[in-house]
This record gives sequence, structure tokens and C-alpha cells, in this order.
Amino acid sequence: MERTTLDLWVGLFVVAGIAALLVLAMKVGNLSTYNAGQTYTLTGHFENIGGLKTRAPVKSAGVLVGRVTAVNLDPKTFEAAVTMSVDSRYQFPKDTFASILTAGLLGEQYIGLSAGGDEVALKNGDKIMKTNSAVVLENLISQFLFSKAEEGGKK
Amino acid sequence: MLKSKRVDISVRRVGHKIIEAIWRLGYASRFFALILLKSGPSFLRLHLTIREIYFSGVLSLIIILVSGLFVGMVLGLQGYETLQKYGSEEAVGTLVALSLVRELGPVVAALLFASRAGSAITAEIGLMKATEQLAAMEMMAVDPIARVVAPRFWAGVFSMPLLAAMFSAMGVFGGYLVAVVLIGVDEGSFWSQMQNSVDVQKDIVNGIIKSFVFGIAVTAIALFEGYDAAPTAEGVSGATTRTVVTASLAILGLDFVLTAFMFSGVG
Repeated sequence: MERTTLDLWVGLFVVAGIAALLVLAMKVGNLSTYNAGQTYTLTGHFENIGGLKTRAPVKSAGVLVGRVTAVNLDPKTFEAAVTMSVDSRYQFPKDTFASILTAGLLGEQYIGLSAGGDEVALKNGDKIMKTNSAVVLENLISQFLFSKAEEGGKK
Repeated sequence: MLKSKRVDISVRRVGHKIIEAIWRLGYASRFFALILLKSGPSFLRLHLTIREIYFSGVLSLIIILVSGLFVGMVLGLQGYETLQKYGSEEAVGTLVALSLVRELGPVVAALLFASRAGSAITAEIGLMKATEQLAAMEMMAVDPIARVVAPRFWAGVFSMPLLAAMFSAMGVFGGYLVAVVLIGVDEGSFWSQMQNSVDVQKDIVNGIIKSFVFGIAVTAIALFEGYDAAPTAEGVSGATTRTVVTASLAILGLDFVLTAFMFSGVG
């Protein structure tokens, strides 16, 4: 069996197909930005997480430092237990503040970490004690309406 | 008396149609099982399969690439028109990439593949049967399913995911051309928003699984219609039409089922 020009075309076809798959994975997908480097796990309990989902970004000062890996409901306290994996290059003090923020007015929700001043750093598996829940638009509106109604009553 | 007889005949005709359809389905299933059983030679004598990859895969490239480009360009244009009303025209990259990778890439590529390569397979095998080439092979103790049918099946199954991936990649490029080069959406946020929302496992791998399933369905239908065609000119032309119709319906139906399985989970 000898080589034919047909084999060349089929070879080119296969190479182009695999190249297209790689382009999709690297350029279109998030394989390149998702580094499977060293990470450590942190947890945090929130009263309300709003629309936070797994794989949501964890940011500190706007820089992506990790991702949310799991969202569960704590059966005892009925709070949301959020597990996140954070890049090991970044160490955060023990009194770091975790709050759920929204990218833009209608954007996706993410966890923002703002570092405190403690000298002891959070370790793998530690729980972030200071948390701030998501702002739920309905609650805000109802608060606003109630305060307006109160003002109206005083007059 | 006469009326009841007429009713009797029409009931019989419906029953005959149903039994005929079930019979054909069983025959098709046995044919499919035979292809899988006798696919040894299509891997041992790889040049047979490679030849068929050339005919069904390489020769479909032009139509796949050009349609992918245009579908992406249209998506970019339409997506931009709608998204700019909400001031989020950067999300056009996300829109183009997600709709291509999840749905349009596998589905449209499979539809094109069914009408470009599937009809050719049916016509070829139907004509082979009509001119008694398949019978002649059997006389020479060459199994036509192992020698003719199985290599075409594996070539189609192998080509389909590659074609769908190229379709999607070309479509994303088309969307980029329209949105970034032509309209002037910011290039950085076009790509970064796309990368943020397209998940490799959830979107791209599922899209490839879809196109793999479509490849199996389209090639199996095309081969069966050809093999089952009445050995006349009319029979072959009817079989070719049935291939395109059945394969297209199978693709769209399977797409619904697969999408329900893949994307219905709580994200």
C-alpha cells in the first residue's frame, strides 16, 4: 500500500478539524484562563447569596483570584455555605471581608474579598468569618417604599 | 354492506402501513447491528475508510466553512442590532459563541452533511444495488456490508464532529469579522466576555457529543436507505429524498432530546 494524494487531503482535514477544536477550547472557551494551578479552599457563610452560582469569579480589588466551587445550604443555620478555591499565590489575612457583589447593574454576581489587617493568613479549609450578603433588589425597593410611607405618615 | 367493506379495506390498509413501518424499523436495526459487528475490516484496512473520509468529509469542507462563516456573520449582525438597544453590545461575542457551539454548529453542520454527503452515500449504494454490484460481491464471497457499508459509516461518524467544530470556529470568526472589524465593538471585551461564559466541558464537549450522535444517525440512515432502495432509477431517487428528509428530522428530534439531557440541569 503506497501513499496517495487522497491521504494528504484526509490528513489536512483531520489537522484542520483538530485545530478548530483547539481554537474553540482556547480562544472561545475558558480553558486558557482557567489555570489548574495550586489552589486552596475557603468557605464562607452568607445570609443570602442572591444569584451566585458555582464557577462564579472570586475577586480581590477587581483581580480574579479564584472561583466558587460549591454552593450549599447549611442545614443547621439555614445560611448559604459557599466553598471557593483561591489561587495559592494569594494569601489573605484572617479578618478578610467577603461580600457578594454584582458586576454592573444587571451583570453576574461574584465574591469580592477585601483584605483586613490581621497578620495571620487564612489557611486551606478555613472559614471566612466576616461576610456581607448579596443586595436583593426587591428588599431594597421595599425598604425604600416603607421609609417613604413612614415619611408620609409623619406629615 | 358495500360501505362496511370499504371501511374494512381502509382499516386493512392502515394496518398494513403500520406493520410495514415496524418491519422496516426492525430491518434497519438489524442492519445497524450488522454494521457494528462487521466493522473490523474498516479499521484493519484503513485505506477504505480514509477514502470515504475524503469523499464525505473533505469534499464537504467548502460548504461547511462558507456556511459557518455566513451563519456567524448573520448572528453577529442580528445580535448586535438587538443587544445595542440594551447597551451591552460587547455581549455579542457571548451570543455568537454560545449559540454556535451549543446548537447551530452541530445542528446546521449535520443538516448540511445530510444533504451533501448523506444523499451521495444513498445514491451510490442504491446504484450499486441497482446495477447488482453488491450481489456480484456476494458471489465473490466478499461481504458488501464489511467492504462497502461499514467504512462509509465510520468515515461519517469520524468526520461529523470535525466538520461541526470547523463550522463553529468559522462562525465565531464570522461574528468577529462583523462585530469587531465592521461595526467596531471593542475587541478585548468581545473575546473576554465570550471566554467568561463559554465553558469547555459544559458547552464545547457537549456540542461535540451532539455532533457525534448526529454523525451516527445521519450516516446510518443514509446507508440503510441506500441498501434498502428498490433497484430501479425511481427507487434510488426516492431513497435519496427519504435520506435527506428522515436524516433532517432525526437531527432535529435528537437535538431536542440531547439538549434536554445536557442543559436542563441546575447550573
